[in-house]
Amino acid sequence: MSIDVEQFHSVFFDESEEHLQAMEDLLMTIDVDAPDMEELNSIFRAAHSIKGGSGIFGFDQLTGLTHIMETLLDKARNQAIQLNSAIVDLFLETVDILKATLNAYREQQPLPEAEIAAGISQLEATLSALDAAPPAFDKLEDEDCEEDAGFGFFDDLPDANAVIEAGINNSDTDDLFGDLAFGSESQDAAPETASDGAAEDDGFGFFDEIPAPVAVKEEKEEEAFGFFEDLPEPPVAPAVNVTPIKSAAKKPAATKTNSSQSKESGSIRVDTAKIDGMVNLVGELVITQSMLSMIGRDIEGQSGEMLQAAIDELQRNTREIQESVMSMRMLPVNMTFNRFPRVVRDLSQKLGKQVRLVIEGGGTEIDKSLIEKLVDPLTHLVRNSIDHGIESPHIRTEAGKPESGTVVLSAQQKGSSIIISISDDGAGLDRERIMDKAVQNGLPVSLDMPDSEVWQLIFQPGFSTAAEVTDVSGRGVGMDVVRRNIESIGGRIEIESTLGQGSSFSIHLPLTLAIVDGMCVTVGEQIFVMPLLNIIESFQPKAEQIQTIGNDSVLWIRDEYWPLVPLHQMMQVDDAILAPTESIIVLLESGKHRFGVQVDALMGQQQVVIKSLEKHYKKVAGVAGATIMGDGKVALIIDVDSMAQSCQLNIKHEVCA
Amino acid sequence: MSDSTLQQSPVASNEKEFLSFVLGKEHYALDITTVKEIRGYEAATKIANAPAFIKGVLNLRGDIVPIVDLRLKFNVGEATYNQFTIVIMLHVHERIVGVVVDGVSDVVRLTDEQILPPPEFGVAFDSQYLHGLSEVDDTMVILVNIEKLITSDALALVDNSQSMSLAG
Repeated sequence: MSIDVEQFHSVFFDESEEHLQAMEDLLMTIDVDAPDMEELNSIFRAAHSIKGGSGIFGFDQLTGLTHIMETLLDKARNQAIQLNSAIVDLFLETVDILKATLNAYREQQPLPEAEIAAGISQLEATLSALDAAPPAFDKLEDEDCEEDAGFGFFDDLPDANAVIEAGINNSDTDDLFGDLAFGSESQDAAPETASDGAAEDDGFGFFDEIPAPVAVKEEKEEEAFGFFEDLPEPPVAPAVNVTPIKSAAKKPAATKTNSSQSKESGSIRVDTAKIDGMVNLVGELVITQSMLSMIGRDIEGQSGEMLQAAIDELQRNTREIQESVMSMRMLPVNMTFNRFPRVVRDLSQKLGKQVRLVIEGGGTEIDKSLIEKLVDPLTHLVRNSIDHGIESPHIRTEAGKPESGTVVLSAQQKGSSIIISISDDGAGLDRERIMDKAVQNGLPVSLDMPDSEVWQLIFQPGFSTAAEVTDVSGRGVGMDVVRRNIESIGGRIEIESTLGQGSSFSIHLPLTLAIVDGMCVTVGEQIFVMPLLNIIESFQPKAEQIQTIGNDSVLWIRDEYWPLVPLHQMMQVDDAILAPTESIIVLLESGKHRFGVQVDALMGQQQVVIKSLEKHYKKVAGVAGATIMGDGKVALIIDVDSMAQSCQLNIKHEVCA
Repeated sequence: MSDSTLQQSPVASNEKEFLSFVLGKEHYALDITTVKEIRGYEAATKIANAPAFIKGVLNLRGDIVPIVDLRLKFNVGEATYNQFTIVIMLHVHERIVGVVVDGVSDVVRLTDEQILPPPEFGVAFDSQYLHGLSEVDDTMVILVNIEKLITSDALALVDNSQSMSLAG
């Protein structure tokens, strides 16, 4: 009987990815001078888990690299070596290599063997260099102090690994020890169990009574026979330092255990396809429910009333089911944001700038599919902010600003949309330079364009005003891609900027891709849905507001001429109201265009489930998708951007006119 | 409907089942394994800028499905819509497409030997979309290669650049 190991691979990959991310996050925040023991332990455990898993599945390259990393980490958390930023950098690089290797294994692509080998040799070099110069060990400290120190430092499972390092090198034992130690961790309330061999490790960290050291010392002596031979003696910090370290190690340990327990029991891994299937089914349920309520309205008498009450109940329940199912797809934006401390750190080092990254609203939840698609555009914008926005320290000082710049990455929910913004207190966009560049590129510009239109110019392909091209940015590919990416997920991007004070890019995104808040409008016998996000206002126009230019009409409102698109013409509906004054105008706005759309009447606001037209048919110009109305009929959802594009020629004429 | 007919008796190895239908006065048949269901015609939601033979899209239990009127496409018979007008829902290459016909008649079983090569002309369908001809109860039945027809450029149901473009 053979067990199909492959089925566990994806779990291993997912978990290892999480471990690597956790390692990176912790490494980013670690204080090299006074590292938090619990953090070091967490990093160590993450590396250890990856090593164990990769060993089981035979991903030897991962095992090799994590093994040596683990050795180094082990020394660090035993304070056998003093951390410094070079080592942390090395760890971060190793994490990068591990990520690449993991991906290579996952995609079954050639492994980055050269990088792995380089990584290993670098780690080994560091290891041997550090071994050659062990930190000075001060024997003069008195007994009590040494005990206390041991106490604070030996708080996890170093011994278990020390055994392995000492040469037993049996991976089963390793895992066993690891598991035992992990298991014992959760019983942190009972340090007395320290008499148990494995739990003893933890015990050290958790004791807080002064009498305890005696017991511990005994334990230690017992255990020390086999385990402590190779372990370098813990460097003894002056007595004053011991207490803070001890308490610091204690507190996070307790909270950590709680959170890891609740995490284990509180979440399960579910295939996204299953959730998507459920989202679809619930969408169907919502449709069926609204069909029922339409039928219910026609029934009169007492049973009609009862039916109506039952349908109302059903409506409430379906709405709640829908909300909870939708929330299953939601993840905190932090999933995207948490990579940026690293990006900012690397980039600011490379460019010799001082940048502080502030993250706000990381807990805001957003659809999983959006999270994945946000990574590239956000990375681009953050890099831009640092490269072009934030000035070098001496320029900043001259301008009377603090030496280090600040980049704020924030997310917030406003109604049914999420706004993610990247702001910096750097130089801001330079109107003159953008205009010059636009003229150079032959773009139609006029000197009295409002700022907001000038800023939009940077989204033109091939547009870069960076004085010099760096390897970070400035090649002028990018901002157009950023906008395209954002628009492809139904969002839009806005810029605010003040020269010398900084700029802010805000991305407006729908909460989810599957449901849109829409305004239902009728044209002839057909119903169309317009995304509420794009609607500015709607009104019945007066005759003097409408002017005709050739065959096209324009609308005078808000002190501006707006192009007017009759929806019945665009969508080829026959029996619509033709005269604009007898119909309703809906003012729409997309990233690039603003225009009015003429419809027969407004039906009301409704949340609709977006269905793909492409699945069984193909993309239709001006249409984002379709939805199923309460009566089971199909209504098309207007895609404001693509609609603007398909009548762009007209619009341009009209704007010029 | 198609399910119950399939269960009748095991099909001989070289025998295939076809669903025969009527377009105008001509009898056609298509591979029954592509048929998802058969239902009465109901008005579809019109799609702008689509050719006339695409009647629009329908809601088939949550799927948005295009409806093609083969009578309009191939100029057979008159495109009238009444309570007898039938839509055959086809499941071809992961896609669902509804085809409007004047009526469905029968399920016929044919062996390869009973299928004759298609004529070069004389039929409304381009011969490249035909499987062959056969005779059932003294009536000529034209076997349509429905998979090829549905995915053909002539029907323009499939956007060939689709794999490149993203929703939105």
